[in-house]
Amino acid sequence: MKHRIFITLLSLLILSVAAMILHGVMKAGEMERTLATVRKTVNELMLTDLAVWTEARYTRHPSQADIFAPFQDYPSSIEHFPAGSIMAPPVEILEAHGRP
Amino acid sequence: MRRHLNILEFALSSLWRRKFKNMGLVIVFALIVFVLSSILLLTHAFKREAVLILKGAPELIVQRIKAGRHDFIATDYMRAIEQMPGVGRVIPRYWGYYYDPSTRGNYTVIALYDGLTSSLDMLEGDFPAVGSRGTCAIGRGVADARVTGIGGRIPLLGEDGRLYQFTVTGIFRAESAIVTNDLIVLTPEDFREVFMMPGGSATDIVVEVYNPAEVANVARKIKERFPDTRPITRKEILRTYDTLFDWRSGLILTMFGGAVLAFVILAWDKATGLSAEERREIGILKAIGWETADIMELKFWEGFVIASLSFLSGLAAGYVHIFFFGASLFSPALKGWSVIYPEFHLMPTVNPYQISVLLFLTVIPYMAATIVPSWKAAITDPDVIMRG
Repeated sequence: MKHRIFITLLSLLILSVAAMILHGVMKAGEMERTLATVRKTVNELMLTDLAVWTEARYTRHPSQADIFAPFQDYPSSIEHFPAGSIMAPPVEILEAHGRP
Repeated sequence: MRRHLNILEFALSSLWRRKFKNMGLVIVFALIVFVLSSILLLTHAFKREAVLILKGAPELIVQRIKAGRHDFIATDYMRAIEQMPGVGRVIPRYWGYYYDPSTRGNYTVIALYDGLTSSLDMLEGDFPAVGSRGTCAIGRGVADARVTGIGGRIPLLGEDGRLYQFTVTGIFRAESAIVTNDLIVLTPEDFREVFMMPGGSATDIVVEVYNPAEVANVARKIKERFPDTRPITRKEILRTYDTLFDWRSGLILTMFGGAVLAFVILAWDKATGLSAEERREIGILKAIGWETADIMELKFWEGFVIASLSFLSGLAAGYVHIFFFGASLFSPALKGWSVIYPEFHLMPTVNPYQISVLLFLTVIPYMAATIVPSWKAAITDPDVIMRG
């Protein structure tokens, strides 16, 4: 008896994961069109970065920041914005230290 | 088949006898899978979206660096760059930041350039008309923070101490918030006046290169001709976003590391040995005639029931969290000190790679940790096991 309940529960969970994957595939087509329009906006306005972390200039525009940006408030200053600890350092900095 | 079902039934009854312990185990296991899957899905979807969107970014940008800092670039550089072979249009960009004390938010202020078509699908209303003064287009985040709409006014305190009022002519749609949320778009004349920008200078320069294969070459030539510049290619921008959430980033390292460590403790607890009750149960089963293979199958089913229920429910919950609730549990950490923060709906994706990574990090070690100690007990003489 218990195995029937387990198999039903397992099947329901497998179905929900399958529905999730299907939802992703269906939604992807719809979002692809929106993303194409957003890409056009980026192209027309010549934008370079995502407007996610607006707290500091090197987090608002990580791809445009110079390598000293997080530490340039005064000599030997430390980086102090929370978003700076969420993102990985830009590739340029890693490459400059021989760690691609 | 009947035999396997009977062993499964026995395994379920055995688990049910210790239901509170096992339900607790399922909840903790599912929570760990939830955290791990949320991080994997979020970072993958974020990177994918960033790369898809930023493919529209300028091919090559030239900045000027002065004493290690980004500085204004003289527009004279443009004429020399234009002469270089393979170079198309060279456009000056005017942009900067503005801190608004009333909302405590940082805005990104950009200026329009000649040749921009005002037919953007992502804009409700219009861009400021060419040559007009005192008008602007703003991002959804700025409109919400300032509680304003089309026809409303945005005051900006100029660097000369004067207060400039701008009438809003257009607002970017929420769908584009991930790139336009904090924008204020002005005309170049207004931009120069507000920020007292010296004539003959720009924030940086966008260079169009006819042949995409020549971008690195053109960048190198610009760097040779003007050693005080820093050319940034689109490829570099995309790579920055591709590596934005890799293992070096704090979010991944701390949350992922914490969840994996919690799971290691869980698996270690299982692997270091069976309880006296479990050992006695194995001894009795052996004594009444169960084969080692039957006991192994029993333990496999016990591990499978816990791992499958936890894994699938954790994965489904992670998906709903990221793609239906916009990673709301992570947003306090992601937001940091940002006042203007977009509400983004990421493109949902689950691929076999992510599922395999999760399986290898959680289910496989858990199954191994369940079966190995049981196998050790099952191959021992039942008399020895029962006597402890």
